[in-house]
Amino acid sequence: MLEVKDLRVSVEGKEILKGLNLTINAGEVHAIMGPNGAGKSTLSAIIAGREGYEITGGSITYLGQDLLEMDIEERAREGLLLGFQYPVEIPGVKNVYLLKAALNAKRKHLGLPEIEAPEFMKLVREKLAFMKMDNSFLHRSVNEGFSGGEKKRNEILQMLILEPKLALLDEIDSGLDIDALKIVSHGVNSLRDAGRSIVMVTHYQRLLDYIVPDHIHVLSDGKIIKSGDKSLALALEERGYDWVIEEAAQ
Amino acid sequence: MSLMDYTDQWLSVVQPQISQGSSWLADLRQGAVEQFATQGLPHARLENWKYTDVKALAKREFVLPKNAATQADALVAETSLALDGIRLVFVNGLFSAAHSQLDALPKGANVLPLADNANVAKTLLGQVAAANFSGFTALNLAAWQDGVVIDLAANTVVEMPIYLQFVSTEHTDACLIQPRILIKAGVYAQATVVEHFAGAEEAANFTNVVTEVDLADGAQITHYKLQQESVHQYHIASLHVQQQRDSRFTSHNICLGGKLARQDIQVELNAEGAEVNLNGLYLGNGRQHLDNHTLVNHNAPHTNSNEDYKGILNDRSRGVFNGRVVVHKNAQKIEAHQSNGNLLLSDKAEIDTKPELEIYADDVKCSHGSTTGQLDENALFALRSRGLDEAMARGLLTLAFANEVIDRIEIPAVHDRIELAVAGRLPEKFNLKGLV
Repeated sequence: MLEVKDLRVSVEGKEILKGLNLTINAGEVHAIMGPNGAGKSTLSAIIAGREGYEITGGSITYLGQDLLEMDIEERAREGLLLGFQYPVEIPGVKNVYLLKAALNAKRKHLGLPEIEAPEFMKLVREKLAFMKMDNSFLHRSVNEGFSGGEKKRNEILQMLILEPKLALLDEIDSGLDIDALKIVSHGVNSLRDAGRSIVMVTHYQRLLDYIVPDHIHVLSDGKIIKSGDKSLALALEERGYDWVIEEAAQ
Repeated sequence: MSLMDYTDQWLSVVQPQISQGSSWLADLRQGAVEQFATQGLPHARLENWKYTDVKALAKREFVLPKNAATQADALVAETSLALDGIRLVFVNGLFSAAHSQLDALPKGANVLPLADNANVAKTLLGQVAAANFSGFTALNLAAWQDGVVIDLAANTVVEMPIYLQFVSTEHTDACLIQPRILIKAGVYAQATVVEHFAGAEEAANFTNVVTEVDLADGAQITHYKLQQESVHQYHIASLHVQQQRDSRFTSHNICLGGKLARQDIQVELNAEGAEVNLNGLYLGNGRQHLDNHTLVNHNAPHTNSNEDYKGILNDRSRGVFNGRVVVHKNAQKIEAHQSNGNLLLSDKAEIDTKPELEIYADDVKCSHGSTTGQLDENALFALRSRGLDEAMARGLLTLAFANEVIDRIEIPAVHDRIELAVAGRLPEKFNLKGLV
C-alpha cells in the first residue's frame, strides 16, 4: 500500500526526517508514536502534500505510484485521506457541499457518474447517525464553531463517506474527552477492512486501547528506531521513550 | 458637452409626468424640476461621483413607460421570489394590480400603490430624501410615475415580508423607470420589506428609484434590496433612512445586475438607542460597473452602526465602495463598526474602496477596515485534500466569501435564491453548478 524509503526532509535548512523507512501493507493498522519534535507531524505533512518542506532524499510509493509526484487532490482521489490534527474551519462552505464535491470528485476519477441527490442524502444521513451527529450539521459551515470533538468526528465522517484505501490519522485523539474518543474510535474501527490500511500518528497510548494496531513504530529524531506489536505500546506506557532511544543508540 | 447640456433633454422626456397629481404634488414636483435644472446630473468632479461616470447614461434617450403588464405574465412568474403573502408587482415601474396580492395585511398596516394614493403620502413624500441629494433624486421627485406607500400604525407587526417586485421588460425604446417607495413605521411597528429588481435578460431600461424610510421610537424595519437586473440596464438607487429612539433598521443590499449600478444608502441616527445594520454584497462580471455609497450619521449619543460589505469582481468589472460614518459632536458613547472586503478574480477587474470615518466626539468606539485579498491557503489545502480540484476549491471559497453576507439573510426563500444566483454568476471554471 505505502512504502517510505530512506526519506529525508528538511524545513528551512534543518533536517527533520533523517532516513525514515516504513512499509504499510493492505489491511494493516499501524501506530506511529514518539516524543515531541521527533518528526511525526512532518511525516504526516509530507504524505498529505503540504508545501514548505524540502525533500532531500528517499521516496514514497503509494499503490505503485510515486506519491511525491502526485497533486494533493490526486492523492485523495486515489484513496489517500488525511485526518487533520487541527481540522481547518472554512466559514461559508457548508459541510454538505464539501461532502458532495469530494465524493463526486472521487467518483469521476473512478469513471462513475455523479451521485444522485436522494442516494447521496441517504448515505450522508446514515453516516451522520453512525457518528452520532445531527442532520443540521450538514448546513453548517465546515468546522466553524465546532468543538474539538465535533471537528474530529467530522474528519471521520468524511472518511466514512469517502472510504479511503489508506487513512492517515494525525493526532486524531488529541483534545477528545472519553465519550468523543469512543465515537471516533468506533468510526475508525468500522473502516477496518482487509483492503484498507490505517496509520495513526499519536502521542498517547490511550487511543490504542480503542483502536488496537497491528504494528507500532517509535519515531525519534527523524527515524523509526523501534517497531513491534501492540505489546510495545504497554512497554512505552510503563517506561516512556528513553529506554527505546538508549537502546537504539547502542 | 457638459452634463448640464443634457438637463433640458431629460426634462423634456419627463414633462408629461410633472403635471401629474393634485396641486400639492404638482408644487412639489415643480420644486424638484427647478432643483434638477440647477443641479443637473452628477458629474465626475463631485467627490461622491468621482469613480462613476454617468455621461454615457446622460446621453442616452429614454421614453416614459407605457403599461405593459398584460404582456409580462411569464416574466413576472419567472423572476418572482417564492414569497407568500403581500406582493406588489410593477412592470416597467407601473403597478400591475393583476399580478399583485394585498389581502393578507393585518389591521394597522396600509400598503398601497403610490400613484393612485398619493394623498396618503402627502406628509411622507420628500421628507427623508432631500431633493438635492443628487440630480437623480431630484429627477425622481420631479417625475416619479408610481411606487409604494407603506404606512404602519403604532404597534403594528407585519409578519410576512412585503414583497415589491419590479420587472423590467425588453423594449424597442428604452424606458425611464422611476419608482418611489415610502415606508413609515410607527412606534414599535415591525415589518420586512423586499425590494426586488429583475427583468428580461435583454432589458436595457433605466431604473431610477428612491426609497424613504421613517422609523419612529422602537420601530424595526428589515429592508432587502435585491438588484438582479440585466447587464444592459442602468440602475441608480438611493435609500434614505431616518431613525428615532431605540429603532432598528437592517439593510441587506445585494447588487448583482446592471451595466452601471449605483446604490446610495443614507442613514440618520437621530436619537439614543437607534441602531443600523448594513449588509451588502456586489458581484461584477464582464464590464459591469457597481458602485455602493453608504453614509451613516450618528447624530445622537448611544447610537450603533454595523456595516459589512463584500465585493467579488471578475473580468473587467469595476466596483466602488465608499462607506462614510460621521460621528457628530456630542454623539458620545456611540459604537460604529465597518468593514469592506473584496476579491478580485481577474487581473483586469478593479475596486476603488474608501472607508471614511469622521469623528467629532471623544468617547466613542469605532473600527473600520478594508481588505482586497486572497483566499485562505489553509482552507484551499483542506478542500483539495478531500479530492476537489483547485478551481472548484477556489470557487467554493469564493462563494463562501459571499456567503458571509448572504447567510445573514433571514428569509430562506430569499437566501437560497440569492446563493444560487451568486453561484451561477461566478466563473464557469469553478464548476459550482449542480453543487449548490
